[in-house]
Amino acid sequence: MPFLADLAVQALNGLAYGALLFLLSVGLTLIFGMLDVVNLAHGSLYMLGAYAGLAVIGVTGSFWLALLVAPFAVGLVGVGIERTCLRPLYRRPVLDQVLLTFGFVYLFEDLIKWIFGGKIRSIPPPALFSSSVTIGGFTYPSYRLFVIAFGLIMAVALWLLIERTRLGSIIRAGVYDAEMTAGLGINIHRVFTGVFAFGAALAGLSGVIAGPIQSAYPAMGVSILIPALIVVVVGGLGSLKGSLAGSLIIGQAETFGKAWLPEAAMLMIYVVMALVVLLRPHGLFGRPLK
Amino acid sequence: MTWLRAAACVVVLALVALFPAVAGNYPVKLLQEILIWGIFAMSLDLLMGRAGMVSFGHSAFFGLGGYVAALALKAAPGMLASLVWPALAAALAALVIGFFAIRVSGVYFIMLTLAFSQMFYAYAFQVAWLGAEDGIIGVPRASLLGVSLASAVPFHLFLVLVFALAGFTLWRVARSPFGHVLQGIHENEGRMEAIGYAVRNYKLLAFVIAGMVAGVAGACYTQLNGSISPDAFFWTTSGEALLMVIIGGTGTLAGAVLGAAAFILLQSLVSTYTERWMLILGVTFILFVLFAPGGLVGALRGRVGLRA
Repeated sequence: MPFLADLAVQALNGLAYGALLFLLSVGLTLIFGMLDVVNLAHGSLYMLGAYAGLAVIGVTGSFWLALLVAPFAVGLVGVGIERTCLRPLYRRPVLDQVLLTFGFVYLFEDLIKWIFGGKIRSIPPPALFSSSVTIGGFTYPSYRLFVIAFGLIMAVALWLLIERTRLGSIIRAGVYDAEMTAGLGINIHRVFTGVFAFGAALAGLSGVIAGPIQSAYPAMGVSILIPALIVVVVGGLGSLKGSLAGSLIIGQAETFGKAWLPEAAMLMIYVVMALVVLLRPHGLFGRPLK
Repeated sequence: MTWLRAAACVVVLALVALFPAVAGNYPVKLLQEILIWGIFAMSLDLLMGRAGMVSFGHSAFFGLGGYVAALALKAAPGMLASLVWPALAAALAALVIGFFAIRVSGVYFIMLTLAFSQMFYAYAFQVAWLGAEDGIIGVPRASLLGVSLASAVPFHLFLVLVFALAGFTLWRVARSPFGHVLQGIHENEGRMEAIGYAVRNYKLLAFVIAGMVAGVAGACYTQLNGSISPDAFFWTTSGEALLMVIIGGTGTLAGAVLGAAAFILLQSLVSTYTERWMLILGVTFILFVLFAPGGLVGALRGRVGLRA
């Protein structure tokens, strides 16, 4: 049975990684769908989240408090970026916004190096999930199971928020046509700020969640950004469903690639993306751009 | 007006060529980096400024040119290895990537080109025959027409010559009827298609030309440093080239070179005073995008908001 056990372990690893990518890509896809901004700093916000978590754990020793405080802090950073820097750029060509966020990639990475140093810092998992569990013949770290469950809960919660609440319908309307939504009397600027901050907070949250699995290091932002962007492209820009499907696919492709085709592992996710874009240029659940 | 400009170009190039006579090693190396990144930024400007195709994966061709030059120079140093093979390899790669990438536009184009360049990064980072994460080191310089580029002066003149040729080629392309069609596609793709231009072919050709010139820049980069690493492929390399174009002013080749110069001088200046150059660079870019959308050229012309 070692083969089946290996298969199960890889599938679970893929799910855990997919859950992380989901939390990260939801923000990316919503920000893109609504604000038309490709937020290259999204990975950096994830990194900020991990370090904010590290700081909170350093002071209080509580992982759960970090999980609460870090997203809030990163969300505030998001409000700052949107209010002061992105807002003046909405009428400019899309490239200006992309480059602006690229500037933040440098800024945040160096800022963190300055404050925390460049070394890899490990983040301990919470005591509750610090051991391993044995399921039908193989052991598995319980923290990763927690990540999978957490991702699942967040997916359901986000779906309810977006599809079943008034706020959600405003967001969907904004993604579809921001100008028209503003014309219906919605304060679209406040919604923009809110969506950007919400996406940033989710990125920060996934940074804390990633901590015990991947540790914290300044370059973690630039390296997670590309898989997250690929998830968004595969799933379709602006689509929550797409983000979920993309995360699951890319999560599995990456982990099974690493385990079974180590020489080609880093290529796997690009191959998947190229295939999807060729067959469905606007992603699995996306719609053609206006 | 045109002859005045041509004369100015010749004078500047002559000054650049004579620079080693009056300056030490470090300033000369900086100037050479500016020349190389200038070629790279100019090639990107053809795509961005002319055709309006914002590629975030231009590093694929820069890195490919660099790696092909490294491998070829190690095997058989010469003109072919130094410039021809890298240019051809980059053009071929641009043809393949472009074939897929030009099917989409805007943000999808940005992301697709980004992903393609990361594919190269992932591959180069991983395989042993390309030196994995260390890249290829100890690359010799070639002898061209009996002159060894290993010594400083011939190599400097070689770079100036390549720079001048690349700049002139791109300038000719931008000024040609082909360049005007690209401009038309930039301004209104649908209309160009409606009046009968095969828009995709034009875009693909622009992508291939830009990729080829970027490959030449990469090959020069390898020869300058005697090495090439996977970082040349990394997406931040593309981002830096984009920033150079933006700092200088989109749509003008001189702007791209100016941007490259500003980037490299700023980087070296800041890093002599503080370790925090990335932070200062980041802030500078943010301020540039916010307050000087026309770049240096736009500011020089006193017309903020200039957009070619």
